[in-house]
Order: sequence, then C-alpha cells, then structure tokens
Amino acid sequence: MAIKGSAVAVFALGALMALPALAQDKPKELVVGVATFLSGPASVFGVPGKNAADLFFEEINAKGGILGVPVKPVYVDEGAGTNQLISEYRRVVQDQGAQVMFGAISSGSCNALAPVAEDLKVVNVMWDCGTQTIFEEGKWKYSVRTQGHAGAEMMATLLYLMKVKPDFKTIAVVNQDYAWGRESWALLQAGLKALKPDVKVVAELFPKFGAPDFSTEITRLSALRPDVVISTSWGGDLDTFVQQAAARGLLKQSTFVLPLAESSMERLGNVMPEGVIVGSRGDHYFLHPKYKNTAEMQGFVKKYKDKTGVYPIYPTFHMNQAVTGLVKAYEKAGAAAGGKWPSKEQVIAAFEGLEFKSLTGTITIRSDHQGLEDQMLGTTKRVPEFPFAVYDKIALYPGKLVTTPVGEKSLDWFAKVKPELVNDKSIETFDYVK
Amino acid sequence: MPPDMLFLAALDGIAYGSLIFLVAVGLSLIFGVLGVLNVAHGSFYAIGAYVAASAVLAAAGMGLPTWLAFPLFLISAILVGVVVGGAVEALLLRRIYGKEEVLQLLVTFAVFMILEDAQKVIFGVRPLFANAPMNWLGTVEVFGIYYTNYQLILIPLVALAVLVGLRLFLRRTSFGRAIVAVTQDREAAMAMGINATSIYLFTFMIGASLAALGGALSSATTSLTPGIGSGMIVLSFAVAATAGLGRIEGAAVAALMIGLGRSAAVYFAPEFDVLIPYLIMVAVLLIKPEGLFTTLQTRKV
Repeated sequence: MAIKGSAVAVFALGALMALPALAQDKPKELVVGVATFLSGPASVFGVPGKNAADLFFEEINAKGGILGVPVKPVYVDEGAGTNQLISEYRRVVQDQGAQVMFGAISSGSCNALAPVAEDLKVVNVMWDCGTQTIFEEGKWKYSVRTQGHAGAEMMATLLYLMKVKPDFKTIAVVNQDYAWGRESWALLQAGLKALKPDVKVVAELFPKFGAPDFSTEITRLSALRPDVVISTSWGGDLDTFVQQAAARGLLKQSTFVLPLAESSMERLGNVMPEGVIVGSRGDHYFLHPKYKNTAEMQGFVKKYKDKTGVYPIYPTFHMNQAVTGLVKAYEKAGAAAGGKWPSKEQVIAAFEGLEFKSLTGTITIRSDHQGLEDQMLGTTKRVPEFPFAVYDKIALYPGKLVTTPVGEKSLDWFAKVKPELVNDKSIETFDYVK
Repeated sequence: MPPDMLFLAALDGIAYGSLIFLVAVGLSLIFGVLGVLNVAHGSFYAIGAYVAASAVLAAAGMGLPTWLAFPLFLISAILVGVVVGGAVEALLLRRIYGKEEVLQLLVTFAVFMILEDAQKVIFGVRPLFANAPMNWLGTVEVFGIYYTNYQLILIPLVALAVLVGLRLFLRRTSFGRAIVAVTQDREAAMAMGINATSIYLFTFMIGASLAALGGALSSATTSLTPGIGSGMIVLSFAVAATAGLGRIEGAAVAALMIGLGRSAAVYFAPEFDVLIPYLIMVAVLLIKPEGLFTTLQTRKV
C-alpha cells in the first residue's frame, strides 16, 4: 500500500513537473524575429518580404493576435553577413525574448541558423531559403520550412520544358556564381541526364554574382545558338541579363527558361518578349489562375500595391505562408493544450502534418519538416491589360509530385526521374484569361 | 576557336574595359593628386547611375524625346561630382590629407557605407531600370551577331574622349599644369602662388564626376540594385593597382587588359571569369610591384 501510495505521489509529481511543458501562461506579446535582407543586392527580395510581414502581422493583431496574444515583429538584417546574423539572431531570442524566429532568405543563412535554433530551442520557420539539403542532410527539431525547395522548383522546371519544347537538342546555362546558381544547375543536369540523355550542354557560364555586364556571355550564346538557354539568376542580375539579351535579339533566337523570373516581370516591363518560360519558386503569382479573384488575394494585392506601388512578388507570398503556418501551428498546439498557451516544443510538433491554405495553394508540412507547395510555370505573353508580360500556358505541378520523397536525396531522386512524370494526370493547365 | 570569334570576344572586352576605365581613371586621378585611396569612389559610381536613371525615367514620364538621355547623363554626372564629391572633399577629406593611409581608408570606407544607406533611403531597394537610351541607339551586326551600338560604339567613344580630354587638360591648360605641379611638389607649387586647396577640391570633383559618368552610362545597360558600387570599386582598384596608382594612360591599358582578359575567360575558361582581373593584377604586380606605368620616384631630401 505504501509502495502504491509513493507511486501515485511520484506520478503526480511527474505530472506536475510536466505541466510547464504542456501549457504556459500567455505572454504579453509574441516576439517574432524575422531575418531578411535589408541591405545588399538581395534586399530587392528582403524588403518586399518585410513589407508583406508588416501587413500580415498588422492584420493578425487587428484580429486580436495569435490565441489572443499580439505579435511583435523584430527585423534582423541578413545582409550584414553570417557571423553578425547569428549574433543578432541570438540577441533577439535571448534579450528580446523571441519565441519564434523566421530565418531566412539565403540558403547559407538557413544552414547557419538551423543549429543555432536547436541550441536556443526556438521555433525557427525557414520562410524563403531554397536549398534542398537542409532537411536531406540534417535533422532539425526546431526548424521547419513552410515552402518548397530547390528540388521541387527545378523538377517542375524540367517537366515544363520537356512538355512545351520536347525536341531541344542543345542547352546552355548562365547562372550566378554562388551556391544557388551551382546547386540548381547540378539538379537540372541530373534530371536532364535521366529525361533526355542525348541533350548536349554547349556552354556552362557562371558570371559573378551582381555582374553588371553579360555582353560576352551573350555574344558567345549568339554564336553557339543553343536551342535552350536556362538561367536561375534572380534580382538585378536577371534583369540585366534579360535586358542585354533582349536588346541583342537573343531572347528570340533561343528558348529562354527563367525559373525565378516571376519576381522580375513587372520591372522588365516591355523588355520581356513573348515565349519565355518563367517560374515563380512555388505557385506564387498575383494572377494565379485559380486564386486571382479570391477576396483574400485581391485584398492583399490592393493593400500591398497601395503600400509599395508595385505588385507583390514571390517573397511576399513566402512570407504569407510562414505567417499563416505559424498561426495555424499555434492554433493546433493551443487546441491540443486545452486552450492554454502552448510551449515552443508543442508549437514545433504541431507543424508536423499541418495543412494550411496560403494566398495561393495549400501547404503541407511533412514529417521531415519540409513543406510541400505547388509549383507553377508559364510562358510569357503580352496583353493589353498590363504594361508587362504575363503568364500564359500555365502548368501547376502538385507539391507532392515534384518534391523529393522523405528520406531521399534530391540529386539521387533526379537521376531516376521517369519521362512519364512529364504528362502526369495531376498536373493542371491553364491559359491566360483576363 | 575561329578568328571571327576571337574578334567578337575582343569587341566585348573593349566595351567592358571602357566602362571600367571611366570609373578607374577617376580613382587614379584622385590618388595621383590628393594621395587618397578613395573607397567612396564606388558610391559616386552608384549615385551617378541612380541619378541618371531617375532623370531619364522622369524625362520619359514627361514625354520628352529619348535622345535627351545623353545630355542628361553628362549633367547628372557633373552634378553628382560637384555636389556629392565636393561635399565629401570639403567637409571631410580635407581634414585627413597627409594622415596615415589606414585612417584615410577608414574614413572613405565610412563615407561609402553612409552613402550606401543614403542611396537606399533616396532611391529605395527596388531595381531601377532605364534602358531606353540603349535601345534608342539600335544594334549593329558583326559576323552575324548583334551588338548594341550603345555598348559597342558609344561607351568606348566616351572612354576615348575622356582619355584624350584628360591628357590635353593636364598638359595644355594652365589649370591642368597647376594640378600636375601640386602633384609633383605641393609646397613648391604653393610657394609659386598656386592655391592647392582649390586644386584638391576641383580634382576630387573631376574624379567623382568621372565615376558618376561611368555609373550614368551603365544605367542604360544594367539594372540598378543596392550594392552596385561595391562591385565596381573592387574592379577599379584592380585596374588602378595594375596600372600604377595615379597613372591615367596606365588605367586605360589596365582596363583594356582586364576587359579583354575577362572576355577571353568567358570563351575559353568560364571558370576563371571572376578571377581574371585579379590574376592579371597579381601577375603584373609580381613583375612590377609599383604597377605597369609607375616610374621610379626620386627621393626628396
């Protein structure tokens, strides 16, 4: 009897000790640290991301916050370099009490921050970085990615290219000379080998990141006349490359494939001709054929345009996914905790298997903390409604179809991709409709 | 590689080298006269580009003809050189002449950082895009390949005009000769009644205007984003160091070498494309540590 009594006491004590992990008192505010590029060339993506975050957090706070707790965003500049980013990240968690961090845009930053988040035991939402290796080579308890990765983006690009231009024989690549440019090309090459082993790569050009002049590359491409020119460049580099290539007629000579061009379309205005294959790092597009007329999308586009003067680009949609995912994870974890304020561990656990609707498609978070999002590609078309090119011949690839399965590595998965995937029934297609 | 391709590669090299020359020669001139290695030179390039692009876009918005862009380039370059360059020299650099080089580097680097932020405040981070002048000049076909007249003809012509103009100015005008005199021996020049302070200010404005002119010309071919100044300053340092700091003709030759070298790399060994300016610089400095065109200076007792 005495033994039984002690067992009950131990159990009760254990339950009491476990309580803080199960539920906590609601904090006065939820500090969310957002790492984004506020300086340097990448701020062309980082600042739109911040602008969108401000809008979304304002909206959430106007509705009473997350589980009744107002959110306070704190921004950290990713452009200051990895070392400073890490110390700022630590400072925001330790001194400002952030319970959630959004880190980050650059894959280099994400790779550096994942172990720091583990160390600090802070919920880390990778809101924009694309490298597929993070969850393929590491296992991170506290980090989660609310969007797709480079593998999904490049697979969708390959499938689209194979579908709309199956007869190409030669290909050239012009990518920025850093991790993204190299890694995305490695993925594409592995896929090309499997899908089209006879294709000849006639040039692999890796101009410096931020290069102001692509004349030499363009001359060489003009002379080589490849059937397809692919470039995963982004930002000012992509704008400059397209601008200089267009001025010299190259865009009409070869089929251009630009998987990150969604973010450049408005800026490129009348420079971007018809017939260029463009992608959007997910299904992010303010003219998304399925969602452009929803009240949420129209409200967001209007608010964003009023605030910034331009249409939203993919980092703003990625931010929407991160914020929405966070709210849904808190709600799920809060419900599991019986309406109490959930612990960080409960929040990160709630992300697993979470499914939520973004401004565009539905996002699912897998068991390896990798998000599944649809991928959208299209071919440019000029229409009277907009002073810039829009997507036509749109193909929407389900996230599950194009994302490397859990436990596999993208490069290996690309190497065994089958041509049947090109015409998979789950791929939806749309034409531009006014 | 057929000879026509080599010729085409050379054309690319000349166009690229010409643009670097415009910026590097300003840097070299400032160092030659003031003895200051000006890191903020990259900011003059960037601000020149932003101001020119804004002016061109504003002019287009008002429905003005495209050719107006060319005088606008010149006006904005001079404006940036005189206003921003003049302010930096008069308010800051004047205090550190003759001080340790490390201090000069730190001060000009600080100016660079401040101006970088100022650019973001004024022009935002959205890439600016003003390619109408490039398209207006059209293209020319060489061996079946289209070039823009803007890059193939206009930029090299402007670079040539600057080179010849600077030479004539420094050698044939009394003000130019006064600048050279101050460069050779500041004290003696002042004893002869030359106002070194105004010469320093004027030279700095010319150097800054040249960087801004480079920026203005590149605004038609490049999308302007934060950070464009840092890329250019590194390249112009490479040119100036290869040439020998302060050497104007040297800057032209070094810029051409780097332009052609980069072009050749894209054709024959793309892996070396980024590395080539620095490889050329290292190769030259190993053989001639003072740079290609520096002559030995006699030591004053």
